[in-house]
Amino acid sequence: MKKFFLRLNQNKGAIFGLYVLIVFVLVSLFAPLLAPYDPNTIFDNQFNLPPIWSGGEVTHFLGTDDIGRDVLSRLIFGTRISLMVGFLVVTLSLLVGVSLGLLAGYFGGWVDQIIMRGVDILMALPSILLAIVIVAILGPSLENGIIAVSIVYLPNYIRVVRGATMSEMKKPYVDASKCFGASHWRQILINILPNCMAPIIVLASLGFSEGILNVAALGFLGLGAQPPTPEWGVMLADAKAFIETSPWLVNLPGLCILIVVLSFNLMGDGLRDALDPKLKGR
Amino acid sequence: MRKLVFIIFFLNFFCSITWAAKTFVYCSEASPKIFNPQLATDGPTFNASSRTVYNRLVDFKSGGTEIVPSLAESWSVNKLGTIFTFHLRRDVKFQTTDFFKPTRSLNADDVLFSFDRMRLKDHPYHKVNGGLYQYFDGMDMGSLIKNISKTDDYTVVFELAHPEAPFLANLAMDFSSILSKEYGDVLLKKGTPDKIDFEPVGTGPFIFKKYVKDNLIRYSSNKNYFMGPAQIENLIFAITPDASVRFQKLKAGECHFIAEPSPADVPKIEKDGKFIVTKAPGLNIGYLAFNTKKKPLDNLLVRKAIHLALNRDAYIQAIYLGNAKKAKNPIPPTMWSYNDQIKDYEYNPTKAKELLAQAGFKKGFETEIWTLPVSRPYNPNGKRMGEMMQEDLAKVGVKVKLVTYKWAEYLNKAANGEHALLQLGWTGDNGDPDNFLNTLLGCDGIAKGSNYAQWCDKDFQNHIKKAKMTADIELREKHYKMAQEIFKANVPWVTIAHATVFKAMDKKVKGYKASPFGYESFYEVNLEK
Amino acid sequence: MIKILRYRLFAILPTLLGVSIIAFALIRLAPGDPVMLMLGERGATPEVYQKMQASLGLDQPVLLQYFKYLGQLFTGNFGTSITSQRPVFEEFMDRFPATMELGIVGMLFAILFGVPMGIISAAKRKTPLDYTLMGGALLGYSMPIFWWALVLIMFFSVQLGWTPVSGRISVMYEIDQVTGFLLIDSLLSEESWPAFKSALHHLILPAFVLGTIPLAVIARMTRSSLLEVLREDYIRTARAKGLTEQRVIVLHGLKNALIPIVTVIGLMLGAVLTGAILTETIFSWPGIGRWFVSSVEARDYPVIQGGIILIALTVMIVNLLVDLIYLWVNPLLREES
Repeated sequence: MKKFFLRLNQNKGAIFGLYVLIVFVLVSLFAPLLAPYDPNTIFDNQFNLPPIWSGGEVTHFLGTDDIGRDVLSRLIFGTRISLMVGFLVVTLSLLVGVSLGLLAGYFGGWVDQIIMRGVDILMALPSILLAIVIVAILGPSLENGIIAVSIVYLPNYIRVVRGATMSEMKKPYVDASKCFGASHWRQILINILPNCMAPIIVLASLGFSEGILNVAALGFLGLGAQPPTPEWGVMLADAKAFIETSPWLVNLPGLCILIVVLSFNLMGDGLRDALDPKLKGR
Repeated sequence: MRKLVFIIFFLNFFCSITWAAKTFVYCSEASPKIFNPQLATDGPTFNASSRTVYNRLVDFKSGGTEIVPSLAESWSVNKLGTIFTFHLRRDVKFQTTDFFKPTRSLNADDVLFSFDRMRLKDHPYHKVNGGLYQYFDGMDMGSLIKNISKTDDYTVVFELAHPEAPFLANLAMDFSSILSKEYGDVLLKKGTPDKIDFEPVGTGPFIFKKYVKDNLIRYSSNKNYFMGPAQIENLIFAITPDASVRFQKLKAGECHFIAEPSPADVPKIEKDGKFIVTKAPGLNIGYLAFNTKKKPLDNLLVRKAIHLALNRDAYIQAIYLGNAKKAKNPIPPTMWSYNDQIKDYEYNPTKAKELLAQAGFKKGFETEIWTLPVSRPYNPNGKRMGEMMQEDLAKVGVKVKLVTYKWAEYLNKAANGEHALLQLGWTGDNGDPDNFLNTLLGCDGIAKGSNYAQWCDKDFQNHIKKAKMTADIELREKHYKMAQEIFKANVPWVTIAHATVFKAMDKKVKGYKASPFGYESFYEVNLEK
Repeated sequence: MIKILRYRLFAILPTLLGVSIIAFALIRLAPGDPVMLMLGERGATPEVYQKMQASLGLDQPVLLQYFKYLGQLFTGNFGTSITSQRPVFEEFMDRFPATMELGIVGMLFAILFGVPMGIISAAKRKTPLDYTLMGGALLGYSMPIFWWALVLIMFFSVQLGWTPVSGRISVMYEIDQVTGFLLIDSLLSEESWPAFKSALHHLILPAFVLGTIPLAVIARMTRSSLLEVLREDYIRTARAKGLTEQRVIVLHGLKNALIPIVTVIGLMLGAVLTGAILTETIFSWPGIGRWFVSSVEARDYPVIQGGIILIALTVMIVNLLVDLIYLWVNPLLREES
């Protein structure tokens, strides 16, 4: 464990990503305190104010959007939404995916067959497409977007966990504890799961970025969060019409998405290197 | 490699300027619903069908509201004003297209066919493609027209149930376009009657060639057009829903004329110097309709409260960028009979709250606003306006969910009365107040799907009915002014704005005349080198 | 490997069956009566309602409906679009080449730039150049491409005016569809060269956007697999023999690093289809992605149903092809089986 942190510590990128993420988490936790205004308040006659550096006013540091809402406040509350989205997507897909993966790998046989056929089906549909279809059935909303993206991400967990489980199962200690009469539960939870943790952690950290990106993309297509939710993808899509007159309305949410996703990817890279020294240098 | 270069050079040499034909590109704002104006109520469909492929018995003078001969070269009316006799032009050829070759010219049968389809429930085409004739039904044409008959191949007689002041103007409207009976018969025989509304054949200046869904529509000039062929050879509608993209395309020379420039871009387009921007007060109204049949919007107090809670001045600043006049009446101020005495409900959230409390909604309630999915002059950005309304209403305790559908579905569902609050608007299409007040607010409009407020008031109905049945302008004006008062007292709509209409085009475009009715016709347009 | 291939080939059918069940269930899972959803409450006179219900086959028992639907699929009948009244299969085939063209050019771009980037990075490892290139790759990998596309349009199309804003070819050209690939069809058409230039011009920016993420992934993969190979003994031998570093990398390293690179390229094809949905929407590219999104918005259920199956089939076929290529570049696997 110590070694792990040591190795992680050496990776400057990962540490940088971690710090950035801590900042974002803090911002999202204290959003109501940090945001100068309510994200949905409309300021009359203060439409499309530019940010401070291109001649805006101090009262609206990052300007206002086309209907007079404070951009900074919306971005701050948007942080909350994006991180929550990432968290929920990872939790949902992790719980379901890992369970299914363990089941498939542990029991094998027809259980494995059924689960893997399901994985095949999910894999045959490109991710966003599947999400769009699911949203088409359930109706567009942030919650349904999260569910859809979580389903899309399932096959990754199932395949990795199944593979890891199968190779664990071949090891003698599993056989040994079977002889001692360990129950299926005990086998799965105590013996096998902890040994699959490394790939799961890496997948989860990458899942954050995928989840945030995909839900933002759904929002961009109008199939995710609904107004007035200050979701970054939606903010970006709504400002498209003003890209020439007020480019900051498009670029600020875009940058936010990029930075968060980048940080998660840096972290993910660092974690992978730290957990699996063989891959170091890759 | 050298060989390849040579071949390419060779090809280049021989095949460079084979397409010198004049092609005019119009970047339109939405896909047409269908290619038959009878079945539509929206501008994009009209522009793509009635203003290109079809003609009517009479037409509006280009750029004006005056009625001029078209397929009918002359007409007469009896003294009572109930019998109209039209004499058709001879030798008006229907278009020869890739999918249909006409064998005869236009005659009275085509006129009968076109109106009977909408009029007669047992007509073989009546139910084709949904059979919802919103204009025809909404304007009560079915009961107005007692009979249509031909006395010979080139004479058609319309018998009306009662005199109707705007009747002739109605025949110049899009839905009165004349389709080919011969084509209809051929399709019926083939068992594909549906095609008539997707592969149109008409008499108009442009021949429909191809529609690539949500992408583009191609027309070529009709060389046999009875008014003489158009100046341009090819006409293309490049469907570009995004206003900013339309502007970018105009700048890049990818289109010559753009629909609905975003008010935000107008100053930039003007400044550029390479484009022409025209501005005119529009014959339009943007409104928010209450579904007066749905609870709690059936309650007058609630409607008044919502009207008071909406800060329309802010919408005009933010959404129209000031290029609109706040509306208090359902008809625009440039129209005759506009009632300027009417007192508006000015923004007052405190009073709105009081009214809501009085109506028993102290804690507010939840409802839906349907936001306009396309950019129209009367509402350039429905979604954004919806967000502003949502916020305004939240202040008085009304929780709003914003809902929207694709344009065609939006109109269909709204016509069915599935909405609660609905953003919509109207651009006049014959210059008569009847066209606003009766079509949009008359009792018949409910069943026919053009009265989105689902509002029917006896007094109001009485006034507009009386106004319609007389030709005495002063009397009509009196009735219409009264009707506007009743409207305001009952609040079936929140009247939002009368928008200024912009047109933006390349400097090369010559001869364009803006129609006060907001449709686009490119017959007279030319492109300068 | 042959075994895997055989497995893949046989897996297509059950997977497709599964997809068809999902597609079939879709219309029935959607809240509300699908017929009503399509018609609207008042548009539905009892006759119209029944006609619609019958045309969708919704008036029969569910199981029978499914088998009928399956039967139709096998005869190549994927239903008829509600909004355009055309067969879904026809609509799909109309748009498929556009997506293919975009995807292929995007992928070519990613390979053409990604592989050299990875090689340079590996050769100059731990130098500022390496860090810059890999930093760029990570940035590309994290990019929300819908924003990236807008930024590029703003810069290249609007500011500089170098590339067109949207579409596939200037609307001035009317190209007959022969292969469906405009780059080829334009050359075959009367207008030939100028039309080709216009098509290429329209393709550059969307292909670049679409290729961004694959490029980043390929560059990263090339670098890491090359570094791995360069640690092997025979490379050391080669170096010891006095071969120049360039020759070592190109002759020995790259050949052996090719397999993981090909693998990742195969994996990226799915990402290309995903990216196509966003890219096509932004650039008004008349391909499958845009078609599908706008059908979802319009609730054109027959198109959604048929579209899912056709897209899934495409993905599976592409994956199979990737496996074949894999087999071809990897002689070891060929001998094994």
